[in-house]
Amino acid sequence: MFDLTGKRALVTGASGGIGRAIAQKLADCGAEVALSGTRVEKLEEVASAISGKTHIVPCNLSDLEAVDKLIPSAIEAMGGLDILVNNAGITRDNIFMRMKDSEWDDVIAVNLTAAFRLSRAAVKTMMKQRAGRIIGITSVVGVTGNPGQGNYAASKAGLIGMSKAIAQEVASRGITVNTIAPGFIASAMTDELNDKQRDTILSTIPTGRLGSADEVAASAVFLASDEAAYVTGQTIHVNGGMAMI
Amino acid sequence: MSDVSDRVRKIVVEHLNVEADKVTEKASFIDDLGADSLDQVELVMAFEEEFSVEIPDDAAENIQTFGDAVSFLEKAVN
Repeated sequence: MFDLTGKRALVTGASGGIGRAIAQKLADCGAEVALSGTRVEKLEEVASAISGKTHIVPCNLSDLEAVDKLIPSAIEAMGGLDILVNNAGITRDNIFMRMKDSEWDDVIAVNLTAAFRLSRAAVKTMMKQRAGRIIGITSVVGVTGNPGQGNYAASKAGLIGMSKAIAQEVASRGITVNTIAPGFIASAMTDELNDKQRDTILSTIPTGRLGSADEVAASAVFLASDEAAYVTGQTIHVNGGMAMI
Repeated sequence: MSDVSDRVRKIVVEHLNVEADKVTEKASFIDDLGADSLDQVELVMAFEEEFSVEIPDDAAENIQTFGDAVSFLEKAVN
């Protein structure tokens, strides 16, 4: 596909389904990849499945002090940073009227504030290099909304707005900033749906099936490539047509 | 002409692609030397690297001219 030989990437949430697929595909295309997440054993498992060069840089993104150390440790491990994938995200779903302050704060902290801090640190290095790629994994619900996910939708919409703002600031320095908005992607979470829930979801997806993590990762590889240099401030929707925006 | 001033001038000339004689004491990076706000941030980063110092954000905001940069860095280095 695209050649990422010599590029150094950091993927947050690399032990999850989509993060893992992104790390794997970036490595398949030649990139050196730093895998971040909270569960070290899971990250080691992901690393062992990747044939290219990997590093494990654990980080709890709800701990802002730890967040500030992540980019420096990735740079130390790889000698630089060309691609940042802000993939990690959490949900704390609740009906809006009942949503607790902590449910709101936790989701915003991990999904948006951590992405802000990581992007800020990454941009500094990328500016010096006169090249870089920042890719945020947002969600279709950041654009369409979803009942029970006021906090999550806000964080994902925030990621899109933030990316557009950064994209405008740093475009002249060879850095692109984009987001990918997956729709329903097959994962451990969707495996737990019953048949009725599954049918209801599928009826809203023209493609008639759930997406795969690999299909999201393919867009990440494209955005990370040199060929995507003229694509910035955009959101690629990978949702089987469930929302056409 | 101090050593600091020469090193600062070199960075400014290279980064903003301007003639060395335009970089006078009172020359404003933005108004006289064609820098934008991002260039200004980059200049500060380049000064930090060249002189191995940390320039806090509030100090960076006060570095508007070549002279400002030289006097800040002369103090910081000594």
